[in-house]
Amino acid sequence: MKQFWFYFKNGIIGENPVLRLMIGLCSVLAVSVKVENCLAMGAAVIFVLTCSSIVISILRKVIPDQVRIPIFIVVISTFTTIVDLVMKAYLPPLSKAMGVFIPLIVVNCIIMARAEAFASRKPLLPSIADALGMGIGYTLVITAIGVVRELFGYGSILSVPLLPETYQNMMFMILPPGAFLLIGIYIGVLNHLSRRVNK
Amino acid sequence: MSVTFVDLFKIIISAAFIENILLARYIGLCPYIGMSTNISNSLGMGMAVAFVMVLSSIVTWSLWNYIFIPLKLEYLRIMVFILVIAVLVQLVEILLKKNLPNLYRAMGIYLPLITTNCAILAVTFFGVDYNYNLLQVVIYSISVALGFTVATVLLAGIREKLRYAKVPSFYRGYPMAFIVTALLAIAFIGFKGLIK
Repeated sequence: MKQFWFYFKNGIIGENPVLRLMIGLCSVLAVSVKVENCLAMGAAVIFVLTCSSIVISILRKVIPDQVRIPIFIVVISTFTTIVDLVMKAYLPPLSKAMGVFIPLIVVNCIIMARAEAFASRKPLLPSIADALGMGIGYTLVITAIGVVRELFGYGSILSVPLLPETYQNMMFMILPPGAFLLIGIYIGVLNHLSRRVNK
Repeated sequence: MSVTFVDLFKIIISAAFIENILLARYIGLCPYIGMSTNISNSLGMGMAVAFVMVLSSIVTWSLWNYIFIPLKLEYLRIMVFILVIAVLVQLVEILLKKNLPNLYRAMGIYLPLITTNCAILAVTFFGVDYNYNLLQVVIYSISVALGFTVATVLLAGIREKLRYAKVPSFYRGYPMAFIVTALLAIAFIGFKGLIK
């Protein structure tokens, strides 16, 4: 159980996929215009990541080493297709807002990297812990960016208006430059903090 | 549907500049940030991306229009497209290694990275989503690759200069690359009025 928490925390803090490993960036920047999109994207990634980690971890002794990458791709794309179809059927507005980024979960490097580096080598329980930790770490970062962008870009959070009526929406935050600037600042601040902790 | 030259020109401008795949649509950022440390690397990457992008969008477009739609297999799209790309990348790598060793040396090391490059997969999706015909798909994918290369080379050039700048130590590397990207993206917003 201790091991479980170790791997779980590793994904959130130690090796946060987005801010530390620099992977899975596209969807982070594209979807983080609104908090609600961020949460949905986070849920989708957690689902795909956990399910594919479970399957790959169970099958790790059966999968021949030479063809492991195509097999990973098939497993991951199966779960992505499930998410894509379910969202199209039950949450059409959200699915429209996220557009091509739901199918693009398939090439989200986080999932492939965890399958390759972790789930294909470790037993079931640590793999689940790692997948959940990485997924939650991803969701936290994307939400942290989404909160700032929605607050300044639309003056609201989760579509609840927070800033006074007279507030002029800051278009910069909704457009791509805002996202790039924010993630740059976040990574820099995290570098600074982690250096101070390590000293 | 006949396609005039003006239509094609519009596709080129909007795919390469206005809707630049990196700076306006946020697709394909991992190789963009990872490979843009010097100009020759990013040119090689751009070439490899262009090559695979055109090939894979031709193949997926033909599959989609001649096999998937007639057989009503649309729900298999994600899985089949990504597998097609993975297989194509492997094939291209083997063929290049054997027949064109010079070209292989120039872009070979970037090829394995391309399988998980979301830009390729996204372009194959857009190609079928926009209902383009084959000529339009080819032009579209070439111009997206052009936009990708322009953006990567620009960032690489700036990062080469940044090495001599006095950046606070914890902003060196990736954080600064993102902040420069933000400025580039602002510049690219300037292209927006180009096509009505």
